[in-house]
Amino acid sequence: MRVLFKTSYDQDIDLLVLPGERMRVGALIALAILAPLLLSSYYLSELAIFFSFALAGIGLMVLTGFSGQVSFGHAAFVGIGAYVHAVLVARGVPFPLALAAAGLLAGGVGAALGRAVSAMHGFYLAIATLAFSIVMETVIGAMEPVTGGHMGMPVPGIALFGVALEEAWQQHYLYLAVLLFFVWGVANLMRAPTGRAMIAVRDSETSARSLGIDVRSAKMTAFFVSALIAGVAGGLLAHQLQYLSPETFGVGMSLKLMLMIVVGGLGSISGAIFGAVFVSFLPNAIDALRALMPDGLVSQAGLESFIFGAFIAAFIIFEPDGLHGRWRKLRLFLETYPYYKRATFIRQKRYLKTGRFR
Amino acid sequence: MEMSDVAQLSLIGVSQGCGYALVALGFVFIYRATEIVNFAHGELMMLGAFTVLTFAELLGLGFWLGAALGILSLGVFGYLLDAVVMRRVIGESQASVFILTVALGLMLKALAGMIWGYGARSLPSPFQTDVHFGGIVIGLDRIAVILATVLICGLLWLFFSRTRLGLAIQAASQNQLAAYYSRIPVKRLVSLVWAIAAMVAAVAGLMMAPVTQVDTEMSLFGIKAFAGAVVGGFGSIPGALMGCLIIGVAEPFLDYAFPPLKGVYAYILMLAVLFVRPEGLIPQTYQKKV
Repeated sequence: MRVLFKTSYDQDIDLLVLPGERMRVGALIALAILAPLLLSSYYLSELAIFFSFALAGIGLMVLTGFSGQVSFGHAAFVGIGAYVHAVLVARGVPFPLALAAAGLLAGGVGAALGRAVSAMHGFYLAIATLAFSIVMETVIGAMEPVTGGHMGMPVPGIALFGVALEEAWQQHYLYLAVLLFFVWGVANLMRAPTGRAMIAVRDSETSARSLGIDVRSAKMTAFFVSALIAGVAGGLLAHQLQYLSPETFGVGMSLKLMLMIVVGGLGSISGAIFGAVFVSFLPNAIDALRALMPDGLVSQAGLESFIFGAFIAAFIIFEPDGLHGRWRKLRLFLETYPYYKRATFIRQKRYLKTGRFR
Repeated sequence: MEMSDVAQLSLIGVSQGCGYALVALGFVFIYRATEIVNFAHGELMMLGAFTVLTFAELLGLGFWLGAALGILSLGVFGYLLDAVVMRRVIGESQASVFILTVALGLMLKALAGMIWGYGARSLPSPFQTDVHFGGIVIGLDRIAVILATVLICGLLWLFFSRTRLGLAIQAASQNQLAAYYSRIPVKRLVSLVWAIAAMVAAVAGLMMAPVTQVDTEMSLFGIKAFAGAVVGGFGSIPGALMGCLIIGVAEPFLDYAFPPLKGVYAYILMLAVLFVRPEGLIPQTYQKKV
């Protein structure tokens, strides 16, 4: 175990406590700020899509990673955010207001769903969110006068305070700012009583309740925050997709978000970012792999989703803590060499959790 | 709507509900034995339909022999799926296990698409005539689904309540540790439950094949069966059967009443029931007392 030697009370409220962490995060942010100098505008717009997905992943991380509420329907909130934002911007509402409204509306729907499902646990919740997302996709398709139905609707460009942001580098900075704001916000939230209550609910609902935590409201807050972030991510994503159709926000996207946080590592903000990097560059890696594979396999349509599924399965079976967990193990290995023990990270397993009377 | 239309729609609904029930039986068994919720059960059903199609049509063995071989091979597949994959994650957090089964479903679907292609195929069955009685016209295949469901439920009930093996499975699903102490081979029995569930799913795939066509989208049927099981209460078999019948019968009427939301009424109904009674109509699990 690492012993942190604290020399002032200010260290208790630092977000980045471990030595070197500050430097690594700073280097990452500096790299993101310098990106427009290094990349062409095509890669910058790819990067903007990556930022939107990372943001949605952070949203899902608040719900699934920190509060333990599995959601297989998070794409629905991204979709609600995207449509609300696009419709408002098309009606002439300024960009920041539209984005805030998209986030708040998605958050409101999320809180309503959270209130309704707060009595459910385990898979009832997973199936309810999955059903919610399927119903939402159909409802968006059926609301043709507003959303254009299955024909889709175009998204107008971004204009911030009267200045049109058409260049890729301008959008890059806007997206980066929004992402960093939410990363900072979530990091703070998770340190505050609200966030700690969510983590307590994840670890044991019974213990959380006996410590005087209002489980119901903790879950509702988690749903609200999570859906709000997903809605904002949807608003940002809409501008990069340029054309919205209900199918975009289907079960496939929910699974992609789930893959992100599982691969990154449940229960850490850096996990969501690692996972988003992984998911965004997996298609490129698959393309690169195609050159090595026999011809018959390359042309198969299902190859990509098969590899997606295989990666999720492999991570759950062999590394449930994801890339973040792997990184922690590697760091501990280097720091404590030659005294590293594999057993440090073994978690106790629990069998048949619910009491059954028949 | 006339009286005969109502009767016709309800009969179709009952047979559709029986199809859901066949799929639901499988994952309720798995859930009771291991507390694993198998989101990939619809994919197992699809795989069953494809295997039967392969044996019966592509290898030309005829319907009955093809069906028997297909069901058996799905049983072997289910046994191996548990022995090789699912056994490793027992004891992991429930959320991880759902995500794993969803991923398995994704892989199975992609694999089926790669092997058999994405076009819909039809599986000729011996039940393809229409039956007329009292102004109602209904396909014999629809009636066959109902009969098969009743038959399978009866057989499974006999198996679980009258044979030594069935009783051992019941014991293992009530308390794994106690069963293990009484020399019940819990690991093998759990794999056997998976095999039975996969076989029942294959029967469902086979019986519903004339109605839905055989293609990779068949796996969506599994999610609707899921909705049915949740409506009834997941932990109990009568509850799951009842829920599936409710969903099956309500669906055609609701589709008729308000067509824009056609196809998603099963989920709307499930959400509505869950909001009122979060544990389903017949609850089976209780909150832990401290």
